[in-house]
Amino acid sequence: MEITNYLGLAVILFALGAATVLLRRNAIIVFMGVELMLNATNLAFVTFARMHGDLTGQVLAFFVMVVAAAEVVVGLAIIIMIFRARRSASVDDVNLLQS
Amino acid sequence: MNDFVAPVIDWAAVSPVLIVLGAGVLGVLLEAFLPDRVRRTTQLVLALGALAGSLVAVGLLWDRVQDGSVAVVNGSYVLTPFGLGVQAVVALCALLGVLVVAERTTTGQDAFAPAAAAVPGTVYEDETRRAGLQQTEIFPLLLFATGGMLLFPATDDLIVMFVALEVLSLPLYVLCATARRRRLLSQEAAFKYFVLGAFASALFIFGVALVYGFSGSVRLENVVAVLAEPSVSPLGTMPGLVVVGLLLVMAGLLFKVGAAPFHTWTPDVYQGAPTPITGFMAACTKAAAVGALVRVVFTLAAGLDADARHDVEVALWVVAILTMLIGTVAGAVQTDIKRLLAYSSIAHAGFLLVGTVGLDEVSSRALVFYLLAYGLATVGAFAVVTLVRERTVTRGPGEGAADDDDGVVLGEATRLAQWAGIGRRAPWLTAAFCLFLLSMAGIPLTAGFIAKFGVFSAAVEAGAWPLALLGVLASAVSVFFYVRIIVLMVLTPPADDASAAGSSSGSSSGGTAAPDDGLDGAGAEPSGVTATLTGTATRTVVVRTVVTVVGSRGPAAVAIALCAAGVLLLGVFPAAVLDLAAQAGQFRF
Repeated sequence: MEITNYLGLAVILFALGAATVLLRRNAIIVFMGVELMLNATNLAFVTFARMHGDLTGQVLAFFVMVVAAAEVVVGLAIIIMIFRARRSASVDDVNLLQS
Repeated sequence: MNDFVAPVIDWAAVSPVLIVLGAGVLGVLLEAFLPDRVRRTTQLVLALGALAGSLVAVGLLWDRVQDGSVAVVNGSYVLTPFGLGVQAVVALCALLGVLVVAERTTTGQDAFAPAAAAVPGTVYEDETRRAGLQQTEIFPLLLFATGGMLLFPATDDLIVMFVALEVLSLPLYVLCATARRRRLLSQEAAFKYFVLGAFASALFIFGVALVYGFSGSVRLENVVAVLAEPSVSPLGTMPGLVVVGLLLVMAGLLFKVGAAPFHTWTPDVYQGAPTPITGFMAACTKAAAVGALVRVVFTLAAGLDADARHDVEVALWVVAILTMLIGTVAGAVQTDIKRLLAYSSIAHAGFLLVGTVGLDEVSSRALVFYLLAYGLATVGAFAVVTLVRERTVTRGPGEGAADDDDGVVLGEATRLAQWAGIGRRAPWLTAAFCLFLLSMAGIPLTAGFIAKFGVFSAAVEAGAWPLALLGVLASAVSVFFYVRIIVLMVLTPPADDASAAGSSSGSSSGGTAAPDDGLDGAGAEPSGVTATLTGTATRTVVVRTVVTVVGSRGPAAVAIALCAAGVLLLGVFPAAVLDLAAQAGQFRF
């Protein structure tokens, strides 16, 4: 199979991810879109590494994975925090109750 | 295959970054082991010490790099005068920013939630508040973010740049969510910042992938080499890859700079985040991101052929014009002080970009000076915002004037109208704030004037006089909205209390809830506020809120004084710093 097909796939996945981020309204789905973009990048890195015949691209893919994992930690924490706050009957300026 | 060769690392050259990141790691450990009493003091001393140490390390390295850049870890970290200059600005602004973060004011409360994970409005949150918990993790997080910012402009390796981008962003996302007051807004700011930031970094890394595909390397100098000699790379004959890649990388960086059309997060995040964090983020992130942008764009543009270089320049022109336009026009109609400062920072991003179009050393030296002038004024201005607060008044209008000890100090009074007549209550604070605003406006004898003169003349020298002209015009428009605030603070009599005083206990809820109207945004429940207030009204008769200026316990006052002194000194005697900036102009060898 032609190796450029992988690049085509990477671009399609990236575009799908970007469209997901821009069009969807659910926070988790938006977040999945970002992950899709990052993984499309990984595919591009690995394909380019194959074309160049060196390992740099594969190593870079690992970097991207680690960063994506770190991003999941922070991102999900923020999303869950928002979710918990919005479902509860929240009062914004709780200071008024302190006195 | 080759035998493993251990890398030779020049630790001294990396020390500005290492000190800060090391202190961050140490801070996390201290957080786990130290008792509650001493934790805050220790963390604060550690953070200030680390940043001061980093600044000293930059100073010690300064002479060494004047003769040539120092490549460390096989070239992943390249120390150039420009990189060091930006690092100095970042470290200095972070130092001042930490002082503001440490401020607890005379109310004894800092700007951060006692437990950021507690759901707003729950019993649990109330208990954390009553127990007087404090979130000292703020300081390690700040150090990590600063470490990323120090690394960001000091590398020619795009993947290191990506890692630095994330190291600086992720702590900032968390910090944005930690405000003590208006927590729903704060959380929303963190969420928006996170989603848009993650999107921008995905664009950035895809751009890096394309550049890698073109050249087989993520080192900027190798990419330039392939541009000069395309046959060495299998895909070297496809310059489209590198142009699209460069544009995507620029998109990621421009997002961090806060330039249009990637600016939409700025007002929301600046408004929602805790104000000390906003100041820190506005000054330091912008400095680091502009540094990285200069590194990437200037280096690659030197290698591009005339056509591709022209494309990049057109992109910079368009972005610069749009950014200045949006920043000044939208800024002129804001009614919230934090939002206004956010739009002003967008306008400044535009002026900075005007300075980049030359793509040479004249530009980069002007940029370093601009970043310093802008950073000082911004940290100072947001520090002032943290001290102007709302206070409840428990006495009715007929029961005598409100004195300063009366009532409970609430969150910041961010509505512009509330700032009317502040000048009479806090003349020094007002004077400092006016100075920062005048500097942002670019009035002579302030740092902002010299800085703006620098970037505009750099643009003129590069032949971009229409852009410089637009910059001057935009600057003139922005003077209007800065002066409007000054007039409001100094000349307008305070709306006093007279307008709100009409409401006695009967309409109390309306009067008290009003200051937060429109700020609460999604998820806030005005009706909930009203109900609670009416409940408490029977006990304490919360009548209205007035604007008060709380006293600083030291750190913020020091930060404001230092920023004001810096802005004045840079404006009156700029020669010494201009010399340093000229030395820092060299972005590559």
